[in-house]
Amino acid sequence: MMPIGHYLILSLALLLIGAAGVITRRNVIIVLMSIELILNAVNINLVAFSRYYGDVAGQVFALFIIADAAAEAAVGLGIMIAFFRNRETVLADEMDLLKW
Amino acid sequence: MLDSIVFYFFASIAVISAMLMITRRNAIHSAVFLITTLLSTAGIFLQLRAEFLFIAQIILYVGGIMVLFIFVIMLVRLDVPLPQIRSPLRQRIAVFVAVIVFAEAAYIVWKAHAMQGQGILIPTAAPADKLPPNTEDLARSLFGMYLLPFEIASVLLLVAMIGAVVMAKKRTNTP
Repeated sequence: MMPIGHYLILSLALLLIGAAGVITRRNVIIVLMSIELILNAVNINLVAFSRYYGDVAGQVFALFIIADAAAEAAVGLGIMIAFFRNRETVLADEMDLLKW
Repeated sequence: MLDSIVFYFFASIAVISAMLMITRRNAIHSAVFLITTLLSTAGIFLQLRAEFLFIAQIILYVGGIMVLFIFVIMLVRLDVPLPQIRSPLRQRIAVFVAVIVFAEAAYIVWKAHAMQGQGILIPTAAPADKLPPNTEDLARSLFGMYLLPFEIASVLLLVAMIGAVVMAKKRTNTP
């Protein structure tokens, strides 16, 4: 069995790539996809520790995170569609209705 | 040995396609690379003997969430030739911070790995061939000890569903 550090490094790499995507991209849909990537990286951590401690609680929490990601995607994309209908854009720079 | 080959195979696919995902200009290409990342994560779940999560990852993420994303990408007109990166400075800062944080945390994990057996950290896992399938344990835990969070998650999904319908609905008579 491999040492757990490998899984931690993989999860860390995916999390940082997701964070870089959130910061750099202009398209809000890709920002939402990067958030999904971050949640997925957390799942790898939880499942790896669940395996190493022989306890299924980590897998239960990973399931909750998947449900949470589904809810977040539904609400986020609903907001995107409503916003696109009003302003005809999906770029984060042009979303400045609350700015003054 | 086989374990680590499988792990490195899926891990390299996951990291490479995640990098491609945040750099492609076309949103559909990004979505396809994210699907590749999620599928190889599912492979890593299988390598960790989490069979139920392997199935749930494929059905929920790839079959549900990503299809929703692709639907929205196709509903929303995106073929405008615009710079996709916010600003070069921002990109450089993001890459720099990501590399620094990765180096720090990788160093700490490596030190912890070198100190293994000195009282703190990580237990050694049970060998895989002695492990029974744990889907049944997962169900017992989910519907026993974690029943209340399970019900709360169902309420969360209901709220998200109603919220998505309300927000995406076209308002015909604006007050």
